Amino acid sequence: MLSTADLKTKIEAAIPGTTLKLVRESLLLENPNDLLKVARFLKESDLGLDYLSSVTGADYLTYLESVYHFYSMAQKSGPVVLRVRTDRQNPQIPSLTALYRGAEFQEREAYDMYGIVYEGHPDLRRVFMWEGFEGWPMRKDYQQEDSETLEMADVAWLENQGVKVPEPIKAKAEELEKQGKRALAQKPGQPEPQ
Amino acid sequence: MTEKTFSLHGAGDMDTQTLEINIGPQHPSTHGVFRMNVVLDGETIVSLKPVMGYLHRNHEQIAENMSYTGSMPYTDRLDYFNSMSNNFGYAMAVEKLANIEVPERAHYIRIIMAELTRLVNHVSVIGFLLNDLGAFFTPVLYAFREREKILDIFEEVAGARMMCNYLRFGGVKYDLSPEVLARIAGILKKFPKFLEEFETLLTKNEILCMRCQNVGVLPAELAVSASVTGPMLRASGVNYDIRKADNYSLYERFKFRVPLGQKGDVYDRYYVRILEMRESLKILEQAVKEIPAGDIMSKKMVPFLKSPRNFKPPVGEAYARVEAPKGELGYYVVSDGTAQPWRYHVRAPSFINLTILEDLCIGQKVADAIIILGSVDIVLGELDR
Amino acid sequence: METLDQIFVLSKKGILDFLGTFLPEWVVTLACVAITIKAIAVLGPVTMMYLTLMERKVIGRMQNRIGPNRVGKWGLLQPLADGVKMLTKEDIVPHGADAVSHFLAPILIVIPSLLAFAVIPFGRGMTPVDLNVGVLFFIAVSSTTTIAIFMASWGSRNKFSVLGGMRSAAQMISYEVPMVLSVVPVILIAGSLSTNDIVLAQAGWGGLKWFVFTPWGFFAFIIFFLCGVAECNRSPFDLPEGESEIVAGFHTEYSGMKFALFYMAEFMNSFTVSGLAATLFLGGWQGPFLPSWLWFFLKTYALIFVMIWFRGTLPRIRVDQLMGLAWKFLMPLTLVNILAAGLWYFTEGAARWLITASILAGSFWLLTKLNRGYTPEKRVYLFAE
Repeated sequence: MLSTADLKTKIEAAIPGTTLKLVRESLLLENPNDLLKVARFLKESDLGLDYLSSVTGADYLTYLESVYHFYSMAQKSGPVVLRVRTDRQNPQIPSLTALYRGAEFQEREAYDMYGIVYEGHPDLRRVFMWEGFEGWPMRKDYQQEDSETLEMADVAWLENQGVKVPEPIKAKAEELEKQGKRALAQKPGQPEPQ
Repeated sequence: MTEKTFSLHGAGDMDTQTLEINIGPQHPSTHGVFRMNVVLDGETIVSLKPVMGYLHRNHEQIAENMSYTGSMPYTDRLDYFNSMSNNFGYAMAVEKLANIEVPERAHYIRIIMAELTRLVNHVSVIGFLLNDLGAFFTPVLYAFREREKILDIFEEVAGARMMCNYLRFGGVKYDLSPEVLARIAGILKKFPKFLEEFETLLTKNEILCMRCQNVGVLPAELAVSASVTGPMLRASGVNYDIRKADNYSLYERFKFRVPLGQKGDVYDRYYVRILEMRESLKILEQAVKEIPAGDIMSKKMVPFLKSPRNFKPPVGEAYARVEAPKGELGYYVVSDGTAQPWRYHVRAPSFINLTILEDLCIGQKVADAIIILGSVDIVLGELDR
Repeated sequence: METLDQIFVLSKKGILDFLGTFLPEWVVTLACVAITIKAIAVLGPVTMMYLTLMERKVIGRMQNRIGPNRVGKWGLLQPLADGVKMLTKEDIVPHGADAVSHFLAPILIVIPSLLAFAVIPFGRGMTPVDLNVGVLFFIAVSSTTTIAIFMASWGSRNKFSVLGGMRSAAQMISYEVPMVLSVVPVILIAGSLSTNDIVLAQAGWGGLKWFVFTPWGFFAFIIFFLCGVAECNRSPFDLPEGESEIVAGFHTEYSGMKFALFYMAEFMNSFTVSGLAATLFLGGWQGPFLPSWLWFFLKTYALIFVMIWFRGTLPRIRVDQLMGLAWKFLMPLTLVNILAAGLWYFTEGAARWLITASILAGSFWLLTKLNRGYTPEKRVYLFAE
C-alpha cells in the first residue's frame, strides 16, 4: 500500500494541473473542480479504488469541507482519504454520483446538514429534515429555534388557518418582535471537566 | 391522491392511470418509521422513492457537545439491535485517534460479544423477513427463543439486555466470569441444532423459494459502485468482509470462511445470513476456548474510568470501521484537542444500502418490494441517526 | 345410544308436541322453522367464537407459547372478553367513505355464511333444510361474499383497501372454478345434489366407502380443501388481508362490531367449507360408536385444525403466483378428475383402480412439469477463506 506522500506524487503526475497537499494522513485537493478527474483516476488506475466508503461534510469555521474515504474491494487495500474545501457563503463541490452510486444519499445528507451543494447530483434535496426546512443544522453557527415559543410569523400563520391564539402567547411574540430577537433554544452547556 | 395519466402501453391507444401510494411510515412491515413513495401501475412498481428522517435525532451534533465517553451510550441506540457492534466501532475509532493499546483479553471479549451480536441480528432478520412474507410470526418466535438466551448473557455481563454500553476506550468495562463463559459454551453447543430446526421449514420451502428466488437481483458491479456492504454484498458474489480485509482486533487469529452467494436475489441474502451464522459459531468456539487471562482495560485509560470527562485525545482524525451484522459501520472522529469531538460522523450501513432499493424494486410487485426491503435489513436507528 | 344420537331431533319434536297441545297448527309450523333458525343462529356465532380461541391456542402452541389462558380456565371465557371489546370500540367511519357500501358490506358478508349452514348435514336426519339441490345452493350462496368484499374495499376510500379488494375479487373468482369442478365427480358418483344423499352414498364397509379413499376422490378432496382455504382468505392465500403489505386490506378501515362481523364471516366460512368437505368426501356424520353429530364435528374440527396449521406454518403466496396455481394447475387437474371419475363409474374391480389412479398420477406429473417455474432452484454457495 502506497504511503500518502507517494500517492500524492502519483496523482499529481497522472493528472497534470492538480495540486494536492498533505494534511495529516489525508490528501487535500486544492481545486474542487479537479475532484472528478482525481476520483476517476483513483477508480480506474491500478490503484483500483472502486469502493467509496464514506462521504462526510465538516465545518471548520472558515470553510466547509467534504471528506471522502476510498477503499479497494479487489485489492483489499486501505483507506485513501481525500478532502475538498469550499467556502461557507456559496459552497459548491462536484458530485461523485456519476462514478460512485453510493455517494448519492451521502451527498444528500451533507447537503441537508451543511448546505454543501453538489453539482451534478441527480436529486439533491433534503433527506433527514423535512422539505421547506430552513437552515443547515450541523453547522457550528446554527441557531435552533425554540419549539415552545411562537414568533409573530407563526402567530400570523396560525390565525390565517383560523386558530385562535391565546393572548399571553401573542403578547410574548409581539415583545420578541419589538426587541428584534428570535426565539432560540438554549444551547446545551458544555460538560465541565471533572 | 395524485394520479398521473400517461400511456404506458404503446402509442396512446389505451390510457392508464398510475396509483401513487405511501407505504409507511406507520406500517407493520417497514421495520420502523420509514416511508416509501411508490408509484404503481396495477400491481407493478414504476418508481419508488424512500423518504427518511422520521427518527432523525441528530446524533452527530449531540456528540459534538458530549465528552467522548459520554457518547458511548448514544452509539448503543444507533442500531438498537446490535449495540455491542456499535460500541466496538466507536471504541476502535477513538483508540486509533488517541493511540491506545487494548489488552489481549479485552480483544477476545470484544470479538465474543461482536459475534454473539451477529448471531442475534441474523436470526432476528430472518425471522422478520419471514414475517413480511406472511408466515405470521412463527419463525420470529423460534428465533427469539435463542435470542433470549444471548440477551440474558448480555444482561449478566453488561447490565442491560439491549443497550449494553459495555465497551470503553482501551478495553471493556466489566470482566467475563468463568460461569458466563461456560454459559456461552452451552449456548454454542445447542445453537447448531437450533439452526437446523430453523432451516428445515424454511430453506427448501417451496412457497419461500417461489417468493424469494429471482426477486430483487443485485448485480455485483452495481453493488460495489453503490457502496453496498455486508451480507447484501456478499450475496451478490463480491468477496469483501472487513474482518478479513482489515484484520482488525485479532480476527486474523481465528479460522473462519466467508460465504458468498451467486445470484444476489432475496433468497441468496437469506441463505448467506444462515451460513454466516455458522461461521460465527466457529469463531465463538475458538474464542471461548482460547481466551487468555489478563487485564481488560489498558493501563493508560484506567484513570479515565473514574473521570471520563477529562479524556482529551490529541489533535487529529481517525476513521475506523467494523463488520457490523448489517454491513460496514464506520466512525469518523475529528478531535481538536478538547474534551469534545470537533466532528463525529457515523457511516451507517442501512442508510447506504438503501441507495439501490429503487433499482431493485422497479418492475416487481408491491409484495416483492416489502420482502426486498426486508432482505436489505434496515434499522431506523442507524438509518436516520 | 339411539336417543343420544337423535337427541336434538327428539328434543325439537318434544317442544313442538308440547306447543301443539295449546297452540293452533300454523303456530306450530312457525315454531318448527323458528327453532331451526334459532339453533343455527346460536350455533354459528358460538362456533366462531370458540374457533377464534382454538386458533389462538393452537397457533400459540406451534410458536412455542401458550395461547390465552387468563380469562377463565384455559382461556375459555376469552371469546366473551373479545366480544365485549369489539362491541365497546368506537365505530370509525372514514371521512369520505361511501356510507351505504361501508355500512352494508359487513352485513352482506355475514349473511351468506349463515345461509350456508342450512344445507350442512350435522347428523342423522339433522340437516336444517334438506334441499334436493343442497350443494348447488351452498356454492351459489358462498360466491356472493366476493361482492361484499368488493363493497368493503371500495367504500373505504383507501388505496390499500382498493388493492386488497381487487386482489380478493380476483382470487375468489379464480378459486371458485376448481372448487366447483372438484365437486362434480362426487355429484356424478353419488347421483344427487342433496347433501344428505351424498352422505348416504358413502355408507357401508365400515367407512371404507368414503369418497376420499378413491383415487378421484382423493384428488378432489385435496383440491376442494385448497380452494376452500382460498375462498376463506386464509393463509397461505390470505393476500386480500395481507397484513404485512397492505395492512389488513379490505377491512383496514373497519373497527368495532363491523370488524367483528368480518372476522365472524371468515371463521364461519371456514367452518362451513370444512363441514362441506367432511360431508362430500369424508363420509359426513357416519362413524361407529359415537353419536352422528359428534362424528361430524370431529371431522370438521380436524379439517379446521389443518387450516390453522397452514396459517401457523406457511408464508404467503404472491398474487400472480396464486392465479397461476388456480388456472394453470388446479383447473386442468379437476377436468382430468371428472374424466377419471366417469371411467370409475363404468369399470369394475381392480381395473377401475388401475385406470383411474394411473390417469390421475400421470396428469399430475405432467402438470407439475409444465408449471416448472415454481420448483426450488438448486443454489451453489462458495466460501472464501
